[in-house]
Amino acid sequence: MSSDVLTAGPSASLRGRQRYLPVMVTAGLLVAMFTVGGLRYEAFASGQVVLNVFIDNAFLLVVAVGMTFVILTGGIDLSVGAVVALSTMVTATLMTDHGWSPLAVVPLVLLIGSALGLVMGCMIHYFDIQPFIVTLAGMFLARGLCYVIGTDSISITEEGYTAVAQTQIALPGEMYVSVSVVIALAVVLVAAYMLHYTRLGRNVYAIGGSEQSALLMGLPVARTKIAVYTISGFCSALGGVLFSLYTLSGYGLNALGMELDAIAAVVIGGTLLTGGSGYLLGTVLGVLVLGLIQTIISFEGTLSSWWTKIFIGLLLFVFILLQRLISARRS
Amino acid sequence: MDDAPAPILRMRGICKEFPGVRALGDVDFRLLPGEVHALMGENGAGKSTLIKVLTGVHAVDGGEITLDGSPVSFTGPLAAQQAGISTVYQEVNLCPNLSVAENILIGREPRRLGRIRWKEVRRRAAELLARLELDIDVSAPLSSCSLAVQQMVAIARAVDVSARVLILDEPTSSLDAGEVEQLFRVMRRLKAEGIAILFVSHFLDQIYEIADRMTILRDGRLVGEYLTSELGQVELVGKMIGKELKDLETLENAPKDIAAAERSRPFAEARALGRPGSVEPFTLTIHEGEVVGLAGLLGSGRTEVARLLFGADHATTGELSVGGAPVTLRTPRAATNHGIAFCSENRRAEGLIPDLTVRENIILALQAARGWARPIPRRTQDELVDKYVNALKIRPADPDRPVKNLSGGNQQKVLLARWLIVEPKLLILDEPTRGIDVGAKAEIQRLVAELSDGGMAVLFISAELEEVLRLSHKVGVLRDRRLVAELPNDDDLTTGVLMETIASGGRA
Repeated sequence: MSSDVLTAGPSASLRGRQRYLPVMVTAGLLVAMFTVGGLRYEAFASGQVVLNVFIDNAFLLVVAVGMTFVILTGGIDLSVGAVVALSTMVTATLMTDHGWSPLAVVPLVLLIGSALGLVMGCMIHYFDIQPFIVTLAGMFLARGLCYVIGTDSISITEEGYTAVAQTQIALPGEMYVSVSVVIALAVVLVAAYMLHYTRLGRNVYAIGGSEQSALLMGLPVARTKIAVYTISGFCSALGGVLFSLYTLSGYGLNALGMELDAIAAVVIGGTLLTGGSGYLLGTVLGVLVLGLIQTIISFEGTLSSWWTKIFIGLLLFVFILLQRLISARRS
Repeated sequence: MDDAPAPILRMRGICKEFPGVRALGDVDFRLLPGEVHALMGENGAGKSTLIKVLTGVHAVDGGEITLDGSPVSFTGPLAAQQAGISTVYQEVNLCPNLSVAENILIGREPRRLGRIRWKEVRRRAAELLARLELDIDVSAPLSSCSLAVQQMVAIARAVDVSARVLILDEPTSSLDAGEVEQLFRVMRRLKAEGIAILFVSHFLDQIYEIADRMTILRDGRLVGEYLTSELGQVELVGKMIGKELKDLETLENAPKDIAAAERSRPFAEARALGRPGSVEPFTLTIHEGEVVGLAGLLGSGRTEVARLLFGADHATTGELSVGGAPVTLRTPRAATNHGIAFCSENRRAEGLIPDLTVRENIILALQAARGWARPIPRRTQDELVDKYVNALKIRPADPDRPVKNLSGGNQQKVLLARWLIVEPKLLILDEPTRGIDVGAKAEIQRLVAELSDGGMAVLFISAELEEVLRLSHKVGVLRDRRLVAELPNDDDLTTGVLMETIASGGRA
């Protein structure tokens, strides 16, 4: 019987595979949605439709990557949407009203976003305050700062910037993507590498599994927790830059509620809100699911865009229940 | 023992005080390389405090700790770990979501240019586990492993981090017999490699199986250090409780009308009632007007028996009948409806609400039984509260005082009053006299006797054997979470007999 006790048994590898189950479900859903769309609408089943989903949601993808880091530690970041708006505002006003070069503006915006994240991370860790309330405060602060800069929409006319925004990178088969998509995918790859091949990434998972244990195992909990909020701040700022490339303007009411879209994408991608379990690939699929819902509704033509929200709501319910079932079966 | 190797760890004259309590006073302790050393004592004897002082969770107030001959003072478990002292707790402090290999090596993963070399991680983890003669799939998530395996993984990590002193704090509490055997195999192997192991366990049999020496603490003081082979179980129990056998046998034993209690109707009958991991199936009958004492060391399953009878834990085996009819107690509320009341051991955490007044605390159970929609009129409240404040001599006799301002003994009386007011048929008292002064203790004992004379059945749990003997009609003896004996409290039953039963497990 001793060997029974000590070998984890054949069920272990099965359960190991179960870790990928949520991601596989999301992937299956995506394929199903694409198939249904292809059967229902002419011109739906083309590569460019998929690429357009990427083009229209590149900023959301980047923001959701940052959110994935935070949620993996068991935290939450409500400030991302407001930081996106603030970033578009700073970008637009510096370039349009003050004539700065994009080469100076973009690094500055990324710095502001990271600094905001750093400050929130420090408050969360050193004062032991719930991330919910700290990032809620950060959200109000960033959104409020937008109106200090200006209450109206500021359009961006800087030549270099608009050129980048309008660049179409040609792909085989008469398809194309925007520069934003390339940046977003690069962010995804770098983040996935960080999560799986660096100590920082593994510490993120460890803290999500059990912060107390991570502390007792001697892992740098403080540094890691502050780092994830800084990363989220950086991603939000970069998301803001991409958003301003997409709309070529800055506005304080941009990206209203985007934090919730990002959280929804992460959860639909199979990451547990309690932390410690999830993959960046899932987040990418989650963003694609959200984008594809919008595409299908626009193809339908007669439906109001509010149906997007209804479908996202229903999907969230289903995925939360699914997570619950999976974690119940594990224990 | 002077020919023994030089101790790797030595603690001399350790003192530790918490506000109002002297947790450790002048305790000496030493640990030799290549031995398993058991730290013995009842709860509150200072075992955990000693471990916490050693690993830097608490700072020492006096005394010195030397490791390998040089004085040390750790700022926390991490610093202790780096110096070579690792602790594995009962609740495994690992990350269940990570793989076995990662749990062993996280923070120290082999890397190349900052990139974790996963193959190397898995190879090294498998190597470490093989050293402990464990064959585990290292890429499986930790959560898929049994608790025993998780503990071995924690030990593997501890040994890899620093292989000199290993502290195992009650590692066996939730393991079954086969798993304990596995753990012991690993411990013997580490011992052979020269690692000093400090082992804490409530299970006497396990101590005698694995430990070479033991240090006994009582009330924060050192009783002594003994070779396991030279100290019998009865003497060990005597030293832990602090009574020599010959002292105990002379204690007077009030006569009890045992037969009368046996003749009355049974109120609660448990048949093979049990819950795995909590208490093994036991059979126990409590008659009306009978006081049944439960004796046993702390952690022997006394409270678990009470919790099963009160429905605070679900019994998974056996059946329980109350008043002749079989019942299933799913919640404490169901038990209350059947006339069962439970005064918990931990009166601060599970009983009283410190910020409410004496009156509010007393009235709580009765109000709960009536439902919130039918508030008890203030006048009735006052009458009831006054009656019990006087009957139990709760001091100060001011029902409007917050209960946190009362002394421990008076708090205990408030808790008693709360349950007496609902007029239960079976009253379960878990350590009702612990930590209260002699006068209050005597009053509570007198009250228990009166209640049973009045026909109430009482289950009386206490660590003090004299007290159990003085009050009970019969005594159930628990050991290692098993009811090992049920002894009628006749003239032949003495605390000495009880202690021998506890020590021998009723096999004698």
